[in-house]
Amino acid sequence: MIEMQDVYMTYPNGVSALNGINVSIDQGEFVYLVGPSGAGKSTFTKIIFREEVPTKGKVVVNDKETSELKWKDVPYFRRNIGVVYQDFRLLPKMTVYENIAFALEVIEETPKNIRKRVMAVLDQVGLKNKARFIPDELSGGEQQRVAIARAIINHPGVLIADEPTGNLDPETSWEIMHILEEINAKGTTIIMATHSKEIVNTVKKRVIAIEDGVIVRDERRGEYGYEI
Amino acid sequence: MKFRTLKRHFKEGIKNTLRNGWMTVASVGAVTTTLILVSVFLVVMLNINHIADGLENDVEIKVLIDFTAEQADKDNLEQEIRGLQGIDSIEYSTKEEELKKLMESMGEQGGDWALYEQDNPLNDAFIIKAENPHDTGSIAAEIEQMDHIYRVNYGQDYVDILFTFNQYVRNIGMVLIAALVFTAIFLISNTIKITILAREKEIGIMKLVGATNSFIRWPFFVEGMLLGVLGSLLPIIIVLTGYYFLTQNVEMLQRFSFVQLLPFYPFAFQIAGLIIGIGVVIGVWGSLMSVRKFLRV
Repeated sequence: MIEMQDVYMTYPNGVSALNGINVSIDQGEFVYLVGPSGAGKSTFTKIIFREEVPTKGKVVVNDKETSELKWKDVPYFRRNIGVVYQDFRLLPKMTVYENIAFALEVIEETPKNIRKRVMAVLDQVGLKNKARFIPDELSGGEQQRVAIARAIINHPGVLIADEPTGNLDPETSWEIMHILEEINAKGTTIIMATHSKEIVNTVKKRVIAIEDGVIVRDERRGEYGYEI
Repeated sequence: MKFRTLKRHFKEGIKNTLRNGWMTVASVGAVTTTLILVSVFLVVMLNINHIADGLENDVEIKVLIDFTAEQADKDNLEQEIRGLQGIDSIEYSTKEEELKKLMESMGEQGGDWALYEQDNPLNDAFIIKAENPHDTGSIAAEIEQMDHIYRVNYGQDYVDILFTFNQYVRNIGMVLIAALVFTAIFLISNTIKITILAREKEIGIMKLVGATNSFIRWPFFVEGMLLGVLGSLLPIIIVLTGYYFLTQNVEMLQRFSFVQLLPFYPFAFQIAGLIIGIGVVIGVWGSLMSVRKFLRV
């Protein structure tokens, strides 16, 4: 569960990205974050991932208040949150398998379990036969699926997707959406920042619209609401 | 930390060192250059220190006893001197022995003094060494207050100058070595910083998947250590070869008996260990310094 109370975020350079956010997202929800570029969507996700600490207000994720986390506890906190970005962020010199296994090595999983779990998650995203490829040999959609596999391998309670389909053609975008829906169906909360009107209006979910750092709209089964 | 993880860190560190190619060469070069300077300096310093120690340990107090003193007075005096703090040894030397020593020290011309064997003008003496040569002055002053003393001698003028000189040499040496080491650390940290920029993305992803700072830091620690060890090889070879020839072949040095260089063994091992140690400190410090700023996310 994610809870924000009266959250303000002003960057050191004086830019105020969030201006009083109050929101509550239940476990297992699927939420679209929409709004113009620079409205504060990315800051919203960064605050959940504790990449940023709000200048004012309270953020509680998985029963932990992020501003009270000690810096040495932050890595452990993050292991329960998966993140996927528009640019995939894969390591180019590692194979698909190694890219995903990396996330488990970091948390000191045993080699035997690493093999088992990586193959299972590759199966889940439909890339079992591409384990030995390096990212450059894959299409954009496939690379994003690798990134998703890496994000969910630790069974996080929350998956943050920051414009996951931003670099993909419409058809591939739908593949990614299906995978995200499947993950959501297993109980993972998904927060997806997007500019895709088509996806938001077709796969109906909760929509939170942010403009100038405040929530201007929060609908249970909403519409994209902006002209492209 | 699990052994498996430690193994991974070492593998990763070695892999990175190899992968960084020219940057590794540059870093090792920086360590090597610095260490050659530092180690030549160290060798000179340690030898000066050794010579100075030798000179300081040669410092002794000669207590000349009054002609009028009886045997009992001398015994009392010896007891009294032994009672002082910080006395290492006390030796009695009759005036006959004193004359013999004097004649020996004069070499061929010593024979001229043989006449004095009939009517020896010298004093009986106590020869005293302090446990800590630096206490010599104060001990001499205390003895001077005692009875039946003709004169107390410890080369006052030259000993004070020697001590001050040695102190300066040591301090200046330490400061210069520290300055060299710091310069090297900055050189290394800048070189490694360039290689880290290329790995910024990797570090970002590690943070993304919940790697702890120490997990991220370890391979860099290993890499720094490796750079230090690699950088210390050439300096060790150069310095030890040079020193070996110096101790073996420079006859001139052997003519001055007071200039005693440190013997090649075990000095060679000590200096090699010291150079590797300094190299590792430079490498690790430089490496960790440059990774620090990337960990703040």
